[in-house]
Amino acid sequence: MMDLLGIPLPVLMGQLLIGLINGAFYAVLSLGLALIFGLLNIVNFAHGALYMVGAFVAFLLLDVLGIGYWWALLLSPVIVGLFGMVIERFLLRPIADLDHLYGLLLTFGLALLLEGLFRQVYGVAGETYAIPDSLQGGYNLGFMFLPTYRAWVLAASIVVCAATWYLIEMTRLGATMRAAVENADLVRAFGVNVPLLVTVTYGFGVALAAFAGVLAAPIYSVNPLMGSNIIIVVFAIVVIGGLGSIKGAIISGFLLGLFEGLTRVFYPEASNIIIFVVMAIVLIVRPAGLFGKAA
Amino acid sequence: MSETMLKVRDLQAWYGESHVLHGMNFEVPKGEIVTLLGRNGAGKTTTLRCIIGLLRQREGSVTFMGEETIGQSANVIARRGIAFCPEERGIFASLSVRENLLLPPKVAEGGMSLDRIYELFPILKKRGGSQGTKLSGGEQQMLAIARILRSGARLLLLDEPTEGLAPVIVQQIGEIIGNLRDEGFTILLVEQNFRFAERMGDRHFVVEHGQVIDRFDRDELDGNRGKITGYLGV
Ligand SMILES: Nc1ncnc2c1ncn2[C@@H]1O[C@H](COP(=O)(O)OP(=O)(O)OP(=O)(O)O)[C@@H](O)[C@H]1O
Ligand SMILES: [Mg+2]
Repeated sequence: MMDLLGIPLPVLMGQLLIGLINGAFYAVLSLGLALIFGLLNIVNFAHGALYMVGAFVAFLLLDVLGIGYWWALLLSPVIVGLFGMVIERFLLRPIADLDHLYGLLLTFGLALLLEGLFRQVYGVAGETYAIPDSLQGGYNLGFMFLPTYRAWVLAASIVVCAATWYLIEMTRLGATMRAAVENADLVRAFGVNVPLLVTVTYGFGVALAAFAGVLAAPIYSVNPLMGSNIIIVVFAIVVIGGLGSIKGAIISGFLLGLFEGLTRVFYPEASNIIIFVVMAIVLIVRPAGLFGKAA
Repeated sequence: MSETMLKVRDLQAWYGESHVLHGMNFEVPKGEIVTLLGRNGAGKTTTLRCIIGLLRQREGSVTFMGEETIGQSANVIARRGIAFCPEERGIFASLSVRENLLLPPKVAEGGMSLDRIYELFPILKKRGGSQGTKLSGGEQQMLAIARILRSGARLLLLDEPTEGLAPVIVQQIGEIIGNLRDEGFTILLVEQNFRFAERMGDRHFVVEHGQVIDRFDRDELDGNRGKITGYLGV
């Protein structure tokens, strides 16, 4: 049997794959957080809860209306995105001129509220969501078994991240968003409805979270606490990548997922804290994050 | 006298508790270059920020083409056809020169074509791919003016476009602003550089402590130079 540093190759590869899949969720979630932080200047504490809501919307679409995975992948982000736009318009906008701490507290409260609500109805055990038929099975790559659904999650996340990056960095709308991050007043003075842009950006950011939630539903159980379990790690990744940096969020998401996977192979005891160790080191060496601009 | 494009009446403005404009009165006729002159802190920038709607704490009346704008927000006012070039130039660091140039959306038909802009500002074509803030100060000022010409706005608010620039660049900017008037733009120019202002302006308003304290038409300047330099403290 092939092995590397005493670790059998299939075990190593299996852990790396799990790491990469986690990294895919980290990347999509931290991307949404970075977008929101850029334009609204708040860390969206409701992000994890909205990821969980995204998964539950997929579950409910199937359970109540019989609408399957592929439609859920489209509908859940749309529904949660619209919900996010309502939150921004009616809760966050009225306090936008106050200290950003208020926005942070408000989204934190919202997260508790949403989680409490779903816990009340569904308990903490969670619901299962079956992998769609077309994504059952897997490929034998010789050195490891690659489940089709995991390959799909990886591909879908990479495409979504790349498309979002393209939108922000390469299009006119993206240029307008970047400009509004720098100087919202001036962009407004050019005739751009910046408040609307902010609402749509928040909606888009949380739609990404819901998309990740739907992708996650068949892998992890659909569970009211799934958001709070992952979001702390995602916050750390956003800090590592550099608050508000799109590229930083995507790259550090995938890299830290992988790194966490490697740690699980070579020093499993540290795997739960490795990302926070990396965060501490990055904060000491490069306080603005790997891709952040120094203030 | 030709049609009035912008009319400011009893304009008052506040930054929080501090009252900085105490009843500004002046008007800008269509097709002319009008200057606001005054010392540091007189209230010139504040006046422009009120006209474009960036300063919300304002009262009085600002009419553009006969329509009141005093309660409107900046994006609505800009869409009526007013364009703003700020004192600090406002070139975006995260945008390329070309992206900076293309940023302001079209608000009306009849804006300047990109070809004509590149003719007036060849450097912007050459440096199109560079980061906006990598341009020199003079080039950034050119970009700040150039990018508001495409939108179709007919009234340009220019806040101290010559500030901190070398004489040869000031000369170029003067030629460009002259060109813009010839092409039918109306310009409200804020200046502390009186020699530049007198060369460009058709009429001049002197601002002090948030009020217009005097005014001169182009042909009245000759007898009043001493008075004006006195106002400006130069
Ligand atoms: N953001 C602000 N907050 C509080 N006061 C301000 C603010 N901006 C300007 N002021 C005050 O308002 C007054 C008018 O300032 P303004 O910037 O309009 O002057 P200005 O004529 O443009 O001066 P300059 O020639 O130096 O640009 C000044 O007394 C200034 O200190
Ligand atoms: Mg000023």
